[in-house]
Amino acid sequence: MIVNVLFYVFGAMLVGSALGVITARNPVHCALFLVFAFMNSAVLWLLLGAEFLAVTLVVVYVGAVMVLWLFVVMMMDVDVEKLRQGFTRYAPLGGLVALAVVAQIGIVVWVRRLGLVNPPAATARPAGYSNTAELGHLLYTQYLYPFEVAAVILLVAIVAAITLTMRRRPGQKLQDVAKQVAVRARDRIRIVKMDAEGGQ
Amino acid sequence: MIPLENVLLLSGILFSLSVAGIFINRKNVLLLLMCIELMLLAVNFNFIAFSQYLGDLSGQVFVFFILTVAAAESAIGLAILVVLFRERRSINVEDLDAMKG
Repeated sequence: MIVNVLFYVFGAMLVGSALGVITARNPVHCALFLVFAFMNSAVLWLLLGAEFLAVTLVVVYVGAVMVLWLFVVMMMDVDVEKLRQGFTRYAPLGGLVALAVVAQIGIVVWVRRLGLVNPPAATARPAGYSNTAELGHLLYTQYLYPFEVAAVILLVAIVAAITLTMRRRPGQKLQDVAKQVAVRARDRIRIVKMDAEGGQ
Repeated sequence: MIPLENVLLLSGILFSLSVAGIFINRKNVLLLLMCIELMLLAVNFNFIAFSQYLGDLSGQVFVFFILTVAAAESAIGLAILVVLFRERRSINVEDLDAMKG
């Protein structure tokens, strides 16, 4: 019962913060509303029994990705007023599309009942059940190859982001690693043979 | 246990709000990317709801992969956005007509 009440409370806050994301005037406020939406989703995922993913959402998404977002948003000097031209013009159309989508999903879910006549009974979890351990077991056995591919995707993202944003300004004092590696000893030092000073 | 229908309806509302956001913020690339993040979140809700309903953890594994890909996507998207802003001093969609698309 309390779980249901919590679901409605946090669901309402999630919808409210999503509304904030799409209507806020300032892009920084949009990003902060998005952070709030992610936090609410994490709580909802906890209620749905996905503990590991809820923690991952907070740590990875709120902690890393949204900080990146905020950095980028604050770095840009955006002319908000110009970007918001046509806001009121497109708002009715957007609202109409949103209502249509909600109505369609509502019809499918509530009226047609998804054809789920006999919902499977909620499986009681054993005492020592750990969502993280189960997920890790699945991830490292059945989904091992997709897991590796995900790692490669992250590597590609790192390389792409760095190569895209790295720029060379003229007049910068940088070290050229290739030149440093290619250097040979005889280009740098000259060994001179000379007689020792005559001793008495 | 939370009824499946409620979670599906919540994720539907979230998805449609982000669709509406794409409509009403169609000039701001930054907000378009944020709306895509919200859409991915709504999809993740569906996966987790069905994973709980069917008692099958594979749905949660998929959410894990979606989170990974979404993080990579937003990193590359923001990098492109930064380069774009450096070149054009603007993130207005209407200014991005160099390819005459």
